[in-house]
Amino acid sequence: MKYAAEFRDPTAARALLARIAARAEGLGATRARPIRIMEICGGHTHAIFRYGLDRLVHEGIEFIHGPGCPVCVLPMARVDECIEIAERPGVIFTTFGDAMRVPGRRGSLIAARARGADIRMVYSPLDALELARRNPAHEVVFFGLGFETTTPSTALTIQAAAREGIGNFSVFCNHITVPEPIRVLLEDPHMVLDGFIGPGHVSMVIGIHPYDFIAQDFGKPIVVAGFEPLDLLQSVLMVLDQIAEGRAAVENQYARVVPERGNPVSLAAMADVYERRPSFEWRGLGEIDASGLRIRPAYAAFDAEAKFGVGYGAPGRPAAPEPEAEGCACGAVMTGRMKPPACPAFGRGCTPETPLGALMVSSEGACAAYWQYGGARAAAE
Amino acid sequence: MCLGIPGQIVAISDAARLMAVAEVSGVRREVSLAPVVEGAPEDLLGRWALIHVGFAMSLIDAEEAARTLAALRDLGEAQETLEAMAAGQAALEGRA
Ligand code: SF4
Repeated sequence: MKYAAEFRDPTAARALLARIAARAEGLGATRARPIRIMEICGGHTHAIFRYGLDRLVHEGIEFIHGPGCPVCVLPMARVDECIEIAERPGVIFTTFGDAMRVPGRRGSLIAARARGADIRMVYSPLDALELARRNPAHEVVFFGLGFETTTPSTALTIQAAAREGIGNFSVFCNHITVPEPIRVLLEDPHMVLDGFIGPGHVSMVIGIHPYDFIAQDFGKPIVVAGFEPLDLLQSVLMVLDQIAEGRAAVENQYARVVPERGNPVSLAAMADVYERRPSFEWRGLGEIDASGLRIRPAYAAFDAEAKFGVGYGAPGRPAAPEPEAEGCACGAVMTGRMKPPACPAFGRGCTPETPLGALMVSSEGACAAYWQYGGARAAAE
Repeated sequence: MCLGIPGQIVAISDAARLMAVAEVSGVRREVSLAPVVEGAPEDLLGRWALIHVGFAMSLIDAEEAARTLAALRDLGEAQETLEAMAAGQAALEGRA
């Protein structure tokens, strides 16, 4: 119970851990035959490691880290296309800082900036739009990436650009959606998941019903959870309760922030600006049907794919995903088949300072989390 | 970038465009109220919101704001967000 002192309410944490242990015992879960719960969101992965929840829960509970870190699932080709756009004369390329260190085949955006491209980190797409207002002689491109938490922000920004008639602003849209890869994982005959912890802030936007298929079609429990350690423990218990009672439902542990039907303004803006692509490539997972968004023709003036002829909109772009770099096990880690330390590159060729794979780039990536908190653990053991 | 951060709405900067000033951990930054505004933007003065990349995405109460901020500080995400806000400001001023 070494970490329990860090909980703001250690008594509540202890009580939850005891109830989780009782449920796990009752279900006959052991280290050799665990109940496997996938936390979909990278923020949850980070929190689980930060608080050592995977060590604190009964040994019959195993956390499987899901694909919910948008930076981690970004294929090299997307980074290459960003660089291609950024190197055009007159372009100011703007991005969230998280994407700067993701390796592409010609290096990262940081390397491209060092070679002279005008690449700027922004906090918000609104910053990019403001840059366009202030620099009318430049083309300002925003790299739109992320799940449904960031998608409304680019949709609302494009609507604002259209209203104001700002012609030198466009978005390179690489937004992706959470539910579709979950379906792919569930359809994989090798995948042995018993339940899910659903993302909190994504669900704040889309509500809880997009997960209905997980319970209805696949018979697995899913509980949408907050980010505090007690939220996560409570949610694990709710998943176990469902399993023990032979139920599978979508439950909302984070109702204080997540409305059942999501955020109507955000959903309307997303529906207005974006449509689904037939498929989109995920690093480690390959092409997934209907898992990516593109800008509707009505907003083509703000679509960097149309403006620069790159990405999924480009004629003659290769149909098949590129194979991963040599020695990189990102795909196996991402699908829960391998733990990060088992990757031959982990801590050798691949560290947060010099990431080989994207799972090492963001603090929400499983490999970075193992690396960041694994050292402290090894010392404590 | 995936986790929102609590901020308190302290001023309305452009009512027509639904823009406001929010204070996040002592740092002031312009945000859009579009996702959460229902009546007049002024009604939201003093309220807390979860802010995602410059957009107030959900109204929360002060206690939830404090709890969320504590969790984000533990994770280092609060610091990351504040650094991203500073980077955005630098980009606008042409300091890349
Ligand atoms: S250690 Fe690096 S290369 Fe190996 S799976 Fe993790 S991110 Fe990929």
